[in-house]
Amino acid sequence: MRGEEIILEVQNLSKVYDKEVLKLEKFSFQRGKIYGIIGPSGAGKSTFLRLLNLLEPPTTGSIYFKGKAVSMNGDAALAVRREMTMVFQKPLLFRSSVSENVAYGLKARRFPKEKTQERVEILLAKVGLKGFANRNAGTLSGGEAQRVALARAVAFEPALLLLDEPTANLDPSNVELIERLILDLNRETGMTFIMVTHNIFQARRIAQEVVFLHEGRIVEVGETEKIFTDPQDQRTRDFVEGRMIY
Amino acid sequence: MPPLLEGISEAFYLILTFDPYLMRIVFLSLQVSGTAVLLSTLVGVPLGTFLGLKPAGRTRLISKLLYTLMGLPPVVAGLVIYLLFSRMGPFGVLGLLWTPAIMIIAQFVLALPIIAGLTMIAIRSRGKTIQETALTLGAGKLLTAWTVVRESRFAIFGAIVTGLGRVIAEVGAVMMVGGNIAGRTRVMTTAIVLETGKGNFELAVGLGLVLLLIAFIINSLLYRFQEGGKNSAW
Ligand SMILES: Nc1ncnc2c1ncn2[C@@H]1O[C@H](COP(=O)(O)OP(=O)(O)OP(=O)(O)O)[C@@H](O)[C@H]1O
Ligand SMILES: [Mg+2]
Repeated sequence: MRGEEIILEVQNLSKVYDKEVLKLEKFSFQRGKIYGIIGPSGAGKSTFLRLLNLLEPPTTGSIYFKGKAVSMNGDAALAVRREMTMVFQKPLLFRSSVSENVAYGLKARRFPKEKTQERVEILLAKVGLKGFANRNAGTLSGGEAQRVALARAVAFEPALLLLDEPTANLDPSNVELIERLILDLNRETGMTFIMVTHNIFQARRIAQEVVFLHEGRIVEVGETEKIFTDPQDQRTRDFVEGRMIY
Repeated sequence: MPPLLEGISEAFYLILTFDPYLMRIVFLSLQVSGTAVLLSTLVGVPLGTFLGLKPAGRTRLISKLLYTLMGLPPVVAGLVIYLLFSRMGPFGVLGLLWTPAIMIIAQFVLALPIIAGLTMIAIRSRGKTIQETALTLGAGKLLTAWTVVRESRFAIFGAIVTGLGRVIAEVGAVMMVGGNIAGRTRVMTTAIVLETGKGNFELAVGLGLVLLLIAFIINSLLYRFQEGGKNSAW
């Protein structure tokens, strides 16, 4: 049954920098869903994603991927990392052609060379960048670069895609294209998405489940409509109704 | 004719006729400095990359040390190496004093901090993001390191060329450990000092011109790498 299988779980996860910025007791993400993580600036959203992507070691606690505790280092970490990927808010494109960028993850996984080009073409068409394969990635506009980063992330069909504000600073047509792509991929391949967004309207448009993070803690989790129409916590209500000052 | 003008016209004659004495000196210079820079690159680029990826707070001491060594006066480097390799020194038994090998060692010591230090600075600015991008796309350790270096290639080439520029023009260290022996350890800079002292201005000026030409080529390369870093996909 779709949506019942747990893909990722965290237990007693915390992160301390100068102060504690994240403290979560237990939370599981189900396979095949689109999660929206919302919350005010500094709530710990990016930190949460970075821990999930094993880019940063947690101060305490554990992460379980498909039921197995993951380690931060070595081949085991690499194996887990290869099943997920993250798109940063300001993605870095490599100083090479668009197609080399999109093919990077495939190359890292020793995907057959002769099939790579075809895959790249299909993906570029999907993100509306047909004919861009040989363009120098450094010459792309912000929206084009963001779409290349997305194509690069989904090229190797990860089970889980972490997105940190994937459409911040983009114009409406780019936003629509990216949201459509997320919905299509989710429907066609069952890819799980965890998307941090400042934009509560975006969360409402595409997320099935919303997590409200505040001062490093999960305040409320629920089906999207419920979070927006009938939030249980006063802070959630303030946030989704635009009354939280930050 | 004033000595400088006379020197220049004679110098062109020597250069254009591939004067064997001049050619041997130029060739040895390129050989010594080229080898030293190659070795410094092999050590300095990985070292600088490693340091550049560490949090700045944890490499403060070694960074300061590198910066200091970047400005190490060649005569001081020459002195230390002389003492280490002289007959009394711990490496005296190797008998490397007054050979091209020890000149390479001296220039290696001079070029290494420059190449490692400039690589470190370049990696520090963008390296972390590059590293994380590679990791999140599923790259292993080796591919990640390679990606970081490749993405910083303009700055790293700049570092290498700066290192070459420094050692090929230095005179203090090679003079002290090489001894400026004709046909064996005489390089462009030491030859210029000698020939000027002897009043052979045409040879000195000829060597000076070759050195200038090399400096020009080096800086043109540097300029190209910096331009390339801005906008080309190369
Ligand atoms: N490397 C770091 N060192 C010290 N403090 C950090 C570091 N990274 C994040 N923080 C702090 O952790 C807190 C949470 O940061 P985080 O980036 O996760 O917030 P966020 O919810 O993503 O905010 P935004 O919506 O503004 O992106 C902030 O107070 C931030 O200053
Ligand atoms: Mg953030």
